[in-house]
Amino acid sequence: MNTIITLSVLGMITMIIGVSNKKDILLPVVFMGLLVALVFSSLEWGHSNHYFNNMLVVDNFSTVFSTLMIFGTFLIFLIARHYFRSFEKPMEDVYSVLLFSLVGAITITMMGNLTMFFVGLEIMSVSLYILAGSKKTSPSSNEAAMKYFLMGAFSTGILLFGITLIYGTTGTFDLFEIGKWTIENKDSVPLVFKAGIILILVAMAFKVGAVPFHFWVPDVYHGSPTLVTAYMATVAKIAGLAAFYRLFSMCFSNLQDFWGPIVWVLSFGSILLGNLAALHQSHVKRMLAYSSIAHTGYILMGFINFNNFTTGALFYYSAAYLLSTIGAFVVLMLVREDIKTGTVDAFNGLMKKNKFLSIAMIIFLLSLTGIPPLAGFMAKFNIFTTALENRFIWLTITAILGSAISVAYYFKIIIAMLLKVGSETKVILSARTKVLLVILVLMIIAIGVFPDLFLQLI
Amino acid sequence: MLTFLMILVPFAFSLIVFFMKDKDLIRKLAFGSSIISLLICIYGAFLFDKSLEYNFYMNWTWIRTLGVNLEFGLDGIGFLLVMLVSFLLPLIILSSFSSNYSGTGNFYALILLMQSALYGVFGSLDGLLFYIYWELALVPIYFITSVWGGVNRIRITLKFFIYTLSSSLFMLVAIIYVYTLTPDPHTFSLFVICKLNLTESQQFWVFWAFLLALAVKIPIFPFHSWQPDTYTVSPTPGSMLLSGLMPKMGLFGVLRFIIPLCPLAIEQYGEYVVIFAVIGLIYGALIAIRQKEIKRLIAFSSLSHVGLMAAAIFTIGENAVSGSVIQMISHGINVVAMFFIADIIFLRMKTTQIDKLGGIAKSAPKLAIFFMIVMLANVALPLTNGFVGEFLMLGGLFSYNKIIAAIAGLSIIFGAVYMFWLYQKAIFGQTNAQTAIFEDLTAREMAIAIPIVIAIFVIGLYPTMVTGFSENAVHHLINL
Repeated sequence: MNTIITLSVLGMITMIIGVSNKKDILLPVVFMGLLVALVFSSLEWGHSNHYFNNMLVVDNFSTVFSTLMIFGTFLIFLIARHYFRSFEKPMEDVYSVLLFSLVGAITITMMGNLTMFFVGLEIMSVSLYILAGSKKTSPSSNEAAMKYFLMGAFSTGILLFGITLIYGTTGTFDLFEIGKWTIENKDSVPLVFKAGIILILVAMAFKVGAVPFHFWVPDVYHGSPTLVTAYMATVAKIAGLAAFYRLFSMCFSNLQDFWGPIVWVLSFGSILLGNLAALHQSHVKRMLAYSSIAHTGYILMGFINFNNFTTGALFYYSAAYLLSTIGAFVVLMLVREDIKTGTVDAFNGLMKKNKFLSIAMIIFLLSLTGIPPLAGFMAKFNIFTTALENRFIWLTITAILGSAISVAYYFKIIIAMLLKVGSETKVILSARTKVLLVILVLMIIAIGVFPDLFLQLI
Repeated sequence: MLTFLMILVPFAFSLIVFFMKDKDLIRKLAFGSSIISLLICIYGAFLFDKSLEYNFYMNWTWIRTLGVNLEFGLDGIGFLLVMLVSFLLPLIILSSFSSNYSGTGNFYALILLMQSALYGVFGSLDGLLFYIYWELALVPIYFITSVWGGVNRIRITLKFFIYTLSSSLFMLVAIIYVYTLTPDPHTFSLFVICKLNLTESQQFWVFWAFLLALAVKIPIFPFHSWQPDTYTVSPTPGSMLLSGLMPKMGLFGVLRFIIPLCPLAIEQYGEYVVIFAVIGLIYGALIAIRQKEIKRLIAFSSLSHVGLMAAAIFTIGENAVSGSVIQMISHGINVVAMFFIADIIFLRMKTTQIDKLGGIAKSAPKLAIFFMIVMLANVALPLTNGFVGEFLMLGGLFSYNKIIAAIAGLSIIFGAVYMFWLYQKAIFGQTNAQTAIFEDLTAREMAIAIPIVIAIFVIGLYPTMVTGFSENAVHHLINL
């Protein structure tokens, strides 16, 4: 709870600082605020609390996910000054909207009630629409914002329909109560309730960008400013998936026979299509967008069985994915600076220009591919283990083929860095970005080598 | 503990070398590291207790939640392969000094990382650990080949990487599948996994998933299509690692997992594997005869040799398997020697096209003698190391199926054909302008050639030195 308050206040303070023209203290304040929120959030670990008649339920699940998301946002802010250097207009509005979006993301991982779910999701999404369009002079950014807004509005509508139907049959918004209701009426669940589940499922698939509801993802990720894309692809996506998981494990776990196959199809489609489509992208951002669809598919594999291990595996995957993806985006931002194309060619000959940066990128990409002993391997391994324990052999085989395909496009970048000849311009890193990259690399290795730390958090 | 130490030493040196700039120092350190590994290994050979199932056993908890342990230990077969790695690495590193690889630090760091991973593969007694090292061995060789390789390397190495990685992932699924079958709390420990007594249908899945990964790595026909190109395009140290050591990972995997886990499946499908391996053996030999370039010839001849080893292992006869173990060691030494010779020729002539050579014997008698010994070992002449293994394997195949054995026996003839043909064209024949000034082996090259020659004869004359280590392990494996 303190976390949400801290972050909301921080968002407002950021705005005020912006108005009062004290730009020098803007970022330090944001960092301080995020650190305080991080401390508050991690202090809640091991305690369960309920707020406002179960509107918000703080448990280990919500604590670890919100801590991860705050940490992710912190990492993204580390690169913010560097990224916005070239922007002439003040950035404090972007910063505060980013923070508000984070508040929404945290709210939905803590939700104990469908209304809170809706409110949180909208806080997050509306902020994201604004952020997608924050590069006001760029047509593609505007396009992204418009597309995202329209698609998002549709999915919100569908979500509301679903919530209404659920409320209509059960008479409550409370997640525990709905869960209880499904146990009591296990044999006589009305069709309306099932329709509600499907509508919510579709809306959530929209929000997290799972196939076949993924059409907005490549365009929006491509058009948005890269910093925002990094945030959308990691923090916002993980928030959506965590809420998705929380909702279905708390309310609908007894009806898994009904919706399980649908999630199976979503996961199957995302893995296959995400990886195959990524193969044909020349723009790194689009490629990462499709790869994020594929990773959504892998995470959705964890929805087939709800237990402590699955939750741990899901969190582990989220953490590994968040760190590697932020890393990849950070390197992309640094590299793109001189060559404005943003295609794979931007990476040509990077190894000669900046060894440190290319080694870091290789580690991020190998982690995304799932090469041991990096975090991405253990993440995939955990998910495969859950799937195989429940005998989802074909889904696992699809996932494996997906991983094999992913080598081809992740390695495109590695090959470009190592083997192609690029321009002569040097890539110079500021101390802050170096720290950021070192943190990311060390964490990816550490999480991969000591997975126990993360798996037992929930 | 010793196993873990062996894994750690090259890994530590790999990190040190990676951050260094001074080229000479890097070379010295890399070579020094491989010598330290060799010394530890020799020390281990004296400590090795042949009556134990696993020597140098250690078991530390790693991931409690998943039941993964740092469980290391060496049986006779594993120890022999560790010895092979320790013996070959100094030679490979020493031979690489004749070429100048830009980014020296990265190059030797990758080679040492590969060495560390190879020790890990042969020493792991935990399924997941085995898999991790298995993949870890792939990454360095990919970078070695793709950065320092020859023409067309990008396409070829990517194919190689995707091929091996995707097939290995099937093995990962099989390992996890077996893991989910272990009693609660699940574990990856080999001691538990191997006593599972899987049902026939379970064995079916596990067998084919493992086989896919191992068949690509060995490679068994028809999964070999990555092999000749990758061997050819790789820089010589890479080719040596690829041909001398990587196939052994696959063969070792068969001994470690498939034979104990799926006895019923081998009974049922083993014959098909043997047949395909023998097809590969003949196919490789026939194509080798037609090659015009030394490295490709070696690649296909290697394909032929590993085919025989794979066929022998899948007969699961005691003689055949122990023959195959000896041949793993001999083939490792011989093929590295062959690539070493190809590298010498390439450095002096700037080409490895066979028809551009000829008459080298006149200007380089030492090389000619060395080449002859290696060639005779390759065609399995008695008294050389190639003979013992091949004899045992063919004997084993003969008691398994006479027709298959007869066909496999042809490979010796074919082997003699392409080897003698190569030798005749390259070493004898007409001297041309370039071969007339062919420089003989230098002191450094002699330092590589002599240990190889000694190893060829020692194993050929006293094969019990090798079988002494593996005897119990093979016996235990077959009569489980």
